[in-house]
Amino acid sequence: MVGGAKTMSVTRRSVVAGGLALPFAARAAGSPRVVVIGGGFGGASAARALGRYAPGVDVTLVEANATFTACPFSNHVIAGLRDIAAQRFGYKSVGTKVVHAEATGVDATARRVTLNNGTVLAYDRLILSPGIDIAWDKLPGYDEAASERMPHAWKAGAQTLLLRKQLAAMKDGGTVVMSVPANPYRCPPGPYERASLIAWYLKTHKPRSKLLVLDAKDAFSKQKLFQAGWAKLYPGILKWVSASDGGTVTRVDPATLTFATDFGSHKADVANVIPPQKAGRIAAVAGVADKTGWCPIDPVTFESRLVPGVHVIGDAAIAGAMPKSAFAANAQAKVCALAIARLLEGGTPDDPRLINTCYSLLAPHYGISVAGIYRPAKGLLTDIPDAGGTSPLDAPDSFRAQEAANADAWFRTITHEAFG
Amino acid sequence: MIGRAALAMVLLGAAAPPPGATSCSGCHVLAGRPAANTVAALEAFRSGAKPATVMGRIAKGFSPEETQAIATWWAGQKP
Repeated sequence: MVGGAKTMSVTRRSVVAGGLALPFAARAAGSPRVVVIGGGFGGASAARALGRYAPGVDVTLVEANATFTACPFSNHVIAGLRDIAAQRFGYKSVGTKVVHAEATGVDATARRVTLNNGTVLAYDRLILSPGIDIAWDKLPGYDEAASERMPHAWKAGAQTLLLRKQLAAMKDGGTVVMSVPANPYRCPPGPYERASLIAWYLKTHKPRSKLLVLDAKDAFSKQKLFQAGWAKLYPGILKWVSASDGGTVTRVDPATLTFATDFGSHKADVANVIPPQKAGRIAAVAGVADKTGWCPIDPVTFESRLVPGVHVIGDAAIAGAMPKSAFAANAQAKVCALAIARLLEGGTPDDPRLINTCYSLLAPHYGISVAGIYRPAKGLLTDIPDAGGTSPLDAPDSFRAQEAANADAWFRTITHEAFG
Repeated sequence: MIGRAALAMVLLGAAAPPPGATSCSGCHVLAGRPAANTVAALEAFRSGAKPATVMGRIAKGFSPEETQAIATWWAGQKP
């Protein structure tokens, strides 16, 4: 099997070499092969970018699920502001081959991926965009069974609906407790948007209720903007507890919905644990995750620092100053796709520029943003100085409403680009 | 292994996007938009002449030359 695949690979390359003068259609059989594992914002965008910018590349997208459920705007689902159907996207319009199976093995020497349906896919370049997995061993008391009582809802889908259902069933006057992990994790401002929209739900539907946010950090993304908004919109409802003030959760008890900290314990009527995370499982299988659980990459090509020929994009990657966001995954996907096309040509990829913009909603029609522009420097993606930054602290309601509308428009555009 | 360089395949062609250009389409549909329009908008965002939410902050991350290259490339893309 190994020998056979190698022989075939050499033959295929010979065909390419012999077909130099032919247009691409005539030597399709010798097209370089890129396999993309993971059909989220990163993987789907990468597959589509290769299809668009390098149609001579033979692309296969591997994704276990037939439908993707997007995390951005899933906090709206939790607050009852949005139907989860608006979060779901299929793969029929991706425009490349799509295989619905789980990747179970990567042989980076033979350049082959094994799927759980027995298929073996040969590649010249592999892109991993596996997103996150929950690090179940990091928070005592929190395991997969516990997440049915204390949902994380940090992968959108059934968990999102479970948290929504629990909030809807809670009596007025109840206490919601959220825990937020230390960095790094998917979507740095996400916990605070969620806190805002849960507070909006409580204020609107269950005004005698409270929300306690227990944080393992003292500082967070867009903090001043969030705290100014909370003081204005949710006084007496939302309380944030920093690590210094005893916010770090050291253990949870799913039987009693209790969060333990070094300073005491907090019992919840509805408990949302945003747990510590790591790169999705296939990253460790492929050997591209380091001891942190995340994946070091070259900032020009997104090629793994640990395994040649394997590129990692999106939440799983250690992308320097770039946050783990859908916008970043999409931007990285396009840069990675172009770099791979350049490498397959035998060329040298240009130094890229990347943009990230993250919107957060504090209430319907109240949006804030942070933006960054990034370039490689000293082996990392680094902020370009004197650009980017957050929304102004003193802005009129119309500005917040405009940013909320921009967030809506962004979601429509980016999902269209990623999923067609 | 036959050396990849020896293959001299053309996958991207002459119209490879300049640095930063592909990030735009996360939010905007710019393909086929006249370059002068895009440049004028970005310059106005950068200077503050045109009111902005986030684009003022983003435009500051690109020089006039980079802005021109991005706008020209998008103008040449098929809508």
